[in-house]
Amino acid sequence: MTAVQDAPEAQKEIGRDRRRKEDQRLITGRTRWTDNITLPGMLHLAMVRSPFAHARINGIDTAEAAAATNVVAVLTGADLGETQGACINAWPITPEQVTPPHLPMPSDRVAFAGEIVAVVVARTAAEARDAAELVDVDYEELPAVVGLKNAIKDEVLAHPDLGTNKSAFWRFDSEEAGTGGNVDAAIEKARVDGVVIEREYRQQRLIPAFMEPRSVVVDPTGEQVTIWSATQIPHILRFALAATTGVPESKIRVIAPDVGGGFGGKLQQTPEEMIAFAVGRRLGKPVKYTETRSESLVSGHHGRDQWQKLTLSAEKDGTVTGFKVELLADLGAYVAIVGGGVPVLGAFMFNAIYKFPAYQFNCQTVLTNTTWTDAYRGAGRPEATFGVERMMDELAAEVGVDPMEIRKQNWITHEEFPFTTVAGLEYDSGNYEAATARAMEMFGYDELRAEQKRRRDAGDTVQLGLGISTFTEMCGLAPSRVLGSLDYGAGGWEHASVRMLATGTVEVVTGASSHGQGHETAFSQIVADRLGVPFENVEVLHGDTQIAHKGLDTYGSRSLVVGGEALVRAADKVIEKARPFAAHILEASEDDLKFHEGRFQVVGTDQGIGLTEVATAAFAAHNLPDGAEPSIDAEATFDPVNFNYPHGTHLCAMEVDTETGAVKMRKYVCCDDIGNIVNPLIVAGQMHGGLVQGIAQALWEEAVHDDAGTLVSGSFVDYLLPTAADTLSFEIDHTTTPATTNSLGTKGVGEAGTIASTPAVVNAVVDAVRHLGVTDVQMPCTPERVWTAINAPGRGHDGGPATQEAAMPHFDPDAEPGPSSTEGAGA
Amino acid sequence: MIPAQFDYLAPTTVEDALAALAEHGDDAKIIAGGQSLLPVLRMRLNAPEVVIDLGKIASLRGVRDDGDAIVIGAMTPHAVVGSDPLVAEHAALITKAVEHLADAQIRHRGTFGGALAHADPAGDLGAPTLALGAEFVIAGLGGSRTVPAAEFFVDLFETAIGEDEILTEVRVPKHTGWGAHYEKFVRVAHQWPIVAVAATVRVDGATIAEARIGLTNMGNTPLRARTVEDALAGQPATDAAVRAAAAHAADGANPPSDLNGAADYRRHLSTVLTRRAVLAAAGG
Ligand SMILES: Cc1cc2nc3c(=O)[nH]c(=O)nc-3n(C[C@H](O)[C@H](O)[C@H](O)COP(=O)(O)OP(=O)(O)OC[C@H]3O[C@@H](n4cnc5c(N)ncnc54)[C@H](O)[C@@H]3O)c2cc1C
Repeated sequence: MTAVQDAPEAQKEIGRDRRRKEDQRLITGRTRWTDNITLPGMLHLAMVRSPFAHARINGIDTAEAAAATNVVAVLTGADLGETQGACINAWPITPEQVTPPHLPMPSDRVAFAGEIVAVVVARTAAEARDAAELVDVDYEELPAVVGLKNAIKDEVLAHPDLGTNKSAFWRFDSEEAGTGGNVDAAIEKARVDGVVIEREYRQQRLIPAFMEPRSVVVDPTGEQVTIWSATQIPHILRFALAATTGVPESKIRVIAPDVGGGFGGKLQQTPEEMIAFAVGRRLGKPVKYTETRSESLVSGHHGRDQWQKLTLSAEKDGTVTGFKVELLADLGAYVAIVGGGVPVLGAFMFNAIYKFPAYQFNCQTVLTNTTWTDAYRGAGRPEATFGVERMMDELAAEVGVDPMEIRKQNWITHEEFPFTTVAGLEYDSGNYEAATARAMEMFGYDELRAEQKRRRDAGDTVQLGLGISTFTEMCGLAPSRVLGSLDYGAGGWEHASVRMLATGTVEVVTGASSHGQGHETAFSQIVADRLGVPFENVEVLHGDTQIAHKGLDTYGSRSLVVGGEALVRAADKVIEKARPFAAHILEASEDDLKFHEGRFQVVGTDQGIGLTEVATAAFAAHNLPDGAEPSIDAEATFDPVNFNYPHGTHLCAMEVDTETGAVKMRKYVCCDDIGNIVNPLIVAGQMHGGLVQGIAQALWEEAVHDDAGTLVSGSFVDYLLPTAADTLSFEIDHTTTPATTNSLGTKGVGEAGTIASTPAVVNAVVDAVRHLGVTDVQMPCTPERVWTAINAPGRGHDGGPATQEAAMPHFDPDAEPGPSSTEGAGA
Repeated sequence: MIPAQFDYLAPTTVEDALAALAEHGDDAKIIAGGQSLLPVLRMRLNAPEVVIDLGKIASLRGVRDDGDAIVIGAMTPHAVVGSDPLVAEHAALITKAVEHLADAQIRHRGTFGGALAHADPAGDLGAPTLALGAEFVIAGLGGSRTVPAAEFFVDLFETAIGEDEILTEVRVPKHTGWGAHYEKFVRVAHQWPIVAVAATVRVDGATIAEARIGLTNMGNTPLRARTVEDALAGQPATDAAVRAAAAHAADGANPPSDLNGAADYRRHLSTVLTRRAVLAAAGG
């Protein structure tokens, strides 16, 4: 767009803190979530789930359940046969990857507690639930393998037929790749005349815990089978349904209506969706399944779960020379849709913003008899960021300098962009110095350091610690060619179209399906500016394969930087298609037209025509150039050439009560460079929410299985989520270096807070008690772990006491148990 | 989370409730605020055939002055107990304990009697009522009996209330003028305590004349820290004196080990929390 100098600038939509368009219907309950959808004659499903982590199924007696009131059918895996399809792994990380077959409902053996073995179909959800209790499954319990360090021994096998628990080994080596030196040589050299830091960190298992439980409705009565699902990935789900059941893709319509959060947890093709699809088709009736919270916690995929063995080498002055990463990653019972690939995303991020001359990343993925793992907000990058940011603090302590100084000494300076990293990525833009300077100023770093010293000198009961995280991440997934080189099963482009309606309003269709982030608002702002139409006149449509036929959905902070760019390009095509029409109507030359704020203006005259008037003219098609196609609608598919690299400096102050080990957040500030900002309010929401999620990993959340493979933290009583009462108000700000790889100059923000905050918090906790001999506290930093680290500093390294594998009872364990033990895992 | 089917009764008098209990016996369950019972039903840990709601029995609600005691009706919601002036004046320890019990929604539904009848060892009301020497009034078809706190809590989720009985009210001896503090240790705000200490003291000048201390989640039932109480009597309310006495907080306790901490850690916590609770109670 060329700005006409003398015209007064209308207020730009981009940069305005527009209230979210979607919130009125969400907040007032006007919207319909999947579970609100009710169809004539609809039947309800209840799942029968294995209470055992590993067992052979010797028989399933469904007779009593089938005879119960209003039960229409009770079906097992054997009954559904091939119609149930399969759960796919879209990203085999090596050609040799060991991948157990993953049926939605196995009929011979279950591999985790919570796996579905039968489905009851009844006229009401309550009747289905009641009858599910009557299904009698004859299980023969098999030994279960739980925990990475057990599984890697290959003594007890998660899938005996496979002969091993080791799924795949993936390596990146900078010397082999030609992006850096030999890491072992660097480490050996540092052992002689430098500094070597060796640590082992645990990334505990987390549960995405989205607010809306997963739900699916299948209507098989039309020509297309329609599936409503609380999913992040309607397009990928349609592909998987077609590819694994043989139903033509053109016969399937998937709708993701308003979806209440996902955090990666709804980036999945689930057994429940597959079963509902098969049952609906078999019975020829609409069916609905909505999970309970207990089922959600035990059977929705989990995230993280790694052991990280890290070796960092440096010169005596703290200049880094090498970084070697050896990961064990727990896949759970199956290799989920991108499960194996999630830790591999970390391969490109462990080097972070630092100039490591040599780097090696090794990852062994491992199968266990636990809930399968997959993407969770950040997916691979939080794990990597945690590892490197913890190590930089350890290096600073070893060298004896302030942890911010060690970072400054080693990071990429702003003059060095674009910068090709030792992991082979090209960082397009950034300014770590600027973001850090702003964050330090907001934080009052020096005063807090002074207070820390006072408290230490006085031997205060409550000690103060400061934690730093100068993070970057790769987002905007993803350049299709890069995905191809990593053996990922799809591309990373995004699609958009713009429809200019006859009455002057605009429909925008995006393939990036929102699950609560505010796409409708942000995308309206972009289109309003681009086409010069009012914000209110833009309608954003998404999440229905009949409307948005093409798309790759939402994850990896991609919607704005990939989907938004597709939208910009589609909008620009509209303008270019409208230009000859405008010239024709104005009887002017196209070259004399300037497009500004929604109008084509004949330069040097007062003659012009609005874009929406051209749309009306195209609709009437009475007066268009000879032979012109009467439409100015346009679409575009954008495939990024590079990832997108937001970064920021996060500073956290934690108080540690040395008598109890209790920790309390005192202050949290961050300055993030996310390029140009479309809507500051939505950005603030993403930052605050993301921060809490990352802080929760540091302090509260942990999915714990006992030795038998039962999920002990199977309710929110034991899986601790924070509320507003547990956090404080974060101070956030931004510096801006626009991204050079999309025309809006934007960078992703959906995962930034979660990726950055976890190490900042743990670094602060450790910093508070480092003078007491503590070098690490395992996450979540429970009071018990902190207290044990202080009182037995030698044990700090392995995180203090092991987590007890028992939940607080609260709900009377002595009460007479029903036929099933718990609804989530019970039969 | 759909409970199994049950019939629902809502009697308006204690007599009718008792009659219903007698009629349905084992198959019946009483519901007060439902904050503990409903999760049990929804997770299908229990499936009673009849649920008897005490919510319509007006006589079970409210707080009244009864001479040397205050009487709290079993169906009085936590929120009402927490803001009641009589409780604050004569049994401040209960006011303090209710303040951080669960969250605001639960405090408006959950009841004083329901929580005590549920007898969760991590429940916040057992230790204060035990420390204050409360008496529990239990009604049966044959009439009412009164059970002292020390005998009310029998075991994990087990009280002296018989199968066919109902807890109607709790009599709390007045501790007017006593300082009180409930020190609750949690990881997140809406959590049951990992350990909590209920302390109430009568201070005479700078001396602790009398102390009563209850421990939450340090065993299968609420416990009285008698050794600490004895050690405190007559001591100055100083950090050193209280610290020495509080070191005995875990004597005889048998705390659980779970996700939130091992038994030994809880023992340690109880000594720190006892010191803090007593000093806060004494310092006002
Ligand atoms: C998320 C959550 C957090 C919580 N956090 C805490 C906490 O931090 N601290 C805490 O102390 N509590 C906590 N609670 C429990 C809360 O205090 C409950 O209100 C209480 O435990 C039960 O009270 P109720 O009135 O809801 O009883 P109900 O759930 O209705 O009943 C509980 C049991 O007592 C029996 N019963 C009830 N009334 C009587 C009676 N009058 N006579 C005989 N039997 C009776 C019932 O049959 C049932 O077995 C929490 C609960 C929840 C759901």
